[in-house]
Amino acid sequence: MSEHTDVIIGLEIHCQLNTETKLFCGCSTDYKTDGPNTHVCPVCLGLPGALPMINRKAVEYGLCVAKALNLEVPEESEFARKNYFYPDLPKGYQITMYDRPLAVWGYLEIEGDEGEKKIRITRIHLEEDPGRLVHKAGAGHVAYTLVDYNRSGIPLIEIVTEPDLRSPKEARRFLNKLRATLEYLGVYDGEREGGLRVDANISIRGSERVEVKNISSYKGVEKALTFEITRQKNLIRRGLRVERETRHFQEGRGITSSARSKETENDYRYFPEPDLRPLRVKDWVEAIALPELPDARRDRFMATYGISLNHARTLTGDLRLAEFYEALAAKTDPALAATWTADTLLGELNYRDMPVTTVPLDHFADLVGLVGRGEVTDRVAIDVLRALLDAVIAGETPVTPSEYVKQHNLGKGAADAFAAVIDEVIAENPQAVADYREGKGAALNFLVGQVMKKTRGKADPKEITPLIAARITPEEGA
Amino acid sequence: MVTESDVAHIAILADIGIGDEELAEFTGQFNAILEYFDLLDQVEESGRPAAVTTNIFRDDAVVPSLSLDAVLENAGESEAGYIRAPKVM
Amino acid sequence: MGSITFDAEDRWNAFITLCREADHGDGPLAGVLVAVKDNISTAGVQTTCGSRILQGYIPPYDAHVVELLKAAGAAIVGKTNMDEFGMGTTTESSAFGPTTNPVDTARVPGGSSGGSAAAVAAGMVPMALGTDTGGSIRCPAAFCGIVGLKPTYGRVSRYGLIAYANSLEGIGPMARNVADVSSLFSVIAGPDARDATSIDRPYSHTPSSDGIAGLRIGVPAEFFGAGVDPGVAEKVRSAIDSLADLGAEIVECSMPSMAFALAAYYVTCTSEASSNLARFDGIRYGPDIESKRSWHDAYQEHRREHFGKEVRRRIMLGTFALSAGYYGKYYAKAQAARKSVGEDFARLFADVDVIAGPTMPTTAFALGEKTADPLSMYLADILTVPANLAGVPAISVPCGSVDGLPVGLQLIGRHCEEERIIDTAYAYEEVRR
Repeated sequence: MSEHTDVIIGLEIHCQLNTETKLFCGCSTDYKTDGPNTHVCPVCLGLPGALPMINRKAVEYGLCVAKALNLEVPEESEFARKNYFYPDLPKGYQITMYDRPLAVWGYLEIEGDEGEKKIRITRIHLEEDPGRLVHKAGAGHVAYTLVDYNRSGIPLIEIVTEPDLRSPKEARRFLNKLRATLEYLGVYDGEREGGLRVDANISIRGSERVEVKNISSYKGVEKALTFEITRQKNLIRRGLRVERETRHFQEGRGITSSARSKETENDYRYFPEPDLRPLRVKDWVEAIALPELPDARRDRFMATYGISLNHARTLTGDLRLAEFYEALAAKTDPALAATWTADTLLGELNYRDMPVTTVPLDHFADLVGLVGRGEVTDRVAIDVLRALLDAVIAGETPVTPSEYVKQHNLGKGAADAFAAVIDEVIAENPQAVADYREGKGAALNFLVGQVMKKTRGKADPKEITPLIAARITPEEGA
Repeated sequence: MVTESDVAHIAILADIGIGDEELAEFTGQFNAILEYFDLLDQVEESGRPAAVTTNIFRDDAVVPSLSLDAVLENAGESEAGYIRAPKVM
Repeated sequence: MGSITFDAEDRWNAFITLCREADHGDGPLAGVLVAVKDNISTAGVQTTCGSRILQGYIPPYDAHVVELLKAAGAAIVGKTNMDEFGMGTTTESSAFGPTTNPVDTARVPGGSSGGSAAAVAAGMVPMALGTDTGGSIRCPAAFCGIVGLKPTYGRVSRYGLIAYANSLEGIGPMARNVADVSSLFSVIAGPDARDATSIDRPYSHTPSSDGIAGLRIGVPAEFFGAGVDPGVAEKVRSAIDSLADLGAEIVECSMPSMAFALAAYYVTCTSEASSNLARFDGIRYGPDIESKRSWHDAYQEHRREHFGKEVRRRIMLGTFALSAGYYGKYYAKAQAARKSVGEDFARLFADVDVIAGPTMPTTAFALGEKTADPLSMYLADILTVPANLAGVPAISVPCGSVDGLPVGLQLIGRHCEEERIIDTAYAYEEVRR
């Protein structure tokens, strides 16, 4: 059995739904810039006598997700109480869904390790988020806790997969695809801090299953899974047993650690929420018109813009990126735009941890235009792009790439303008010339590089390469 | 029949303090009550009452929250807008 | 608009909080003194549920019914005593001491709305709000000799009612006569966009005895079964006979689900209570929790110290009934039993318009009589809980006395047919007068 099929991974993903108000009350969800306990009311504060009222939009969003992920919506679903006692849980129970979830049995198709693959979705349901705790240290220990209930009642959707994932990479791909889908649906804002949390069930075939809780970023998922798989495999290799347990991921250290609590077993004593009625929302689903989803957009990009599958997949893997590209393609050559966005811009953005939405579209289109018209070399274009992004980060108003090229005299010179430099380089590197003549093709690249260096990138390698070759190739019959 | 140790366990599950001196009294009362609850064994059918109505919803429209003063007025200690609670770590 | 001074002397410990100066507006209840049970939230006025765990809690908002009372011009003069969180049939489990029965101060007023009943019976106020989870309006109405209505589940909003058993309870009117109960009900009934279980059935009826002729009244044998005091049974029988004299048709019938209704009731209410009462952790309101200790230790101790024994007993019972391994035997069975009770009512109401029987099996207990034996107290609720399990309306109206202690006639109606049981009670009241 190949190594990766030994690994069995299932995920439970909690996403914050992009509603204006909380799940059961009218408090605004837009609290990030406000102080603690400023977005609370009798309902989300659990004051005696307050009652929950379901946010219609949250249910609609849940049903959108159900439809997009091909789930079935039962005739009736129902909220239930999950009872446990903690200071961040103002009612002493969480309103969630238990044995009658909003929707069941669907799938999401991803690019798996061995080609296209359907990851089955067991169920999705809605629930409220608890508040937020801040642990205050005393002399070397936690002295007390501070509670902020602004997050209490924020609507979450929980998406549970079957154990169909076979590697951390597949898990990451699944999450990326899921996130893109939720963003396309407009139900989730990936840029919201803390908007996504993942619990993962991981096992090596034939061994016990371990649940890793509280993974709060996409990058964290792959790291946590990789760590946990290595840990479990090491145990097995050493002839030890993997214990069935819950572990916590410590993002900062990149490790998982046992979360053994005093209680041997949780007993949440679920029962139907008596303050709410069952939901009969199956017929709402028919009325939902889904927007174009990532796969459809990917196919359309290939058909409309003639770009490669890989580029189309990359460009549609994120809603904002896809929108950026579409706007860009309308202004400049779509194929070149795809290459420059997917192969160059993305890397530069990741490096700077910048969202694509901060890139001035007209500037980038101008840059792609310069490249397309052969006015700058690729290398100059990258430098110009870096200067542009750095200016954006610095909060400056960047000049257009055309202007920048003019100011810095970076325009591509005519090939013969470099004749003197080429002569110089040939004269300075007799060994390389000799190597080339003996059939070592790499020597030519070296010489091209030297010319590029002397011209600060303004020479176009595509144009000067034949010129140099012509100068040093022995004449036929000489 | 529940024993005193069962009752002590239920108290832990309920996170409600119980004194050793109360155990005998509670256990005796529980046994009488639970024995009475056995009347439910004669209920043959399963299921639950059909919901008389289905749920009603509210629109996703913001309603003003409480003022911080109103929130903190009933709370014990607070600190920079946070409410203080026992340590959990 | 105006204000009143409320200077009645509270010799029965009917109130936990008195509002000696009360403002009122205009409206159908302009200037009428109304007492409100202390589990109904009143903005700016302490609301304790009869518990130390809420001592000092000042709600920042009014319950829906309180908003309606104020809009109708009522003067709210205080918050009435009750069994702690409504868990009792005598108003003895209040952390603020028992209320006594104005008819005989050695007796309990019934519960859990004993303070409201005593305040009305003693003449301190003409009307009051109570709440009824398993008989908590009707029992004290019967014991104190006044009228009390438990409305259809959902016909009065629960927003602001501090939950004990959400699926069973509701707010209802109490007064010395049917007409006052009816007028208070017309103020509080109707839909509320903050209570997902509320129903859109306002009430604007004037009681009338016109429809009594030809009314079919069912009398289930189980309402006169073991445990029902013969004196009480006789008074209720004779009340039903007088309705027959007015032209009603009496139909002897049977309600087999009564055999397990009380067990279903106690499993359900304790289960829900075990969850509802988890929020009283001393963090956001109520007496402070000791924040220097670790969470679970402090939380346990806080609950032990501030909840009375009956509350702790019910929390534990409910925790047990919902716990893994017992859910099927208790909670799930109780729901099936509830369904069966509902089906019994549906079957009977296909044939009869109103069901009649005693409200309570006995007259008011002596103070302290039931406190040591919780089960014997629970058994007293046998005749009132079926209406709560099925969510149907029921009214208790005085029908004489045994050894000087009042007896209540209970009339149960179809869903949202408060009008019919109110008319029937009104017709009976007219005959007795």
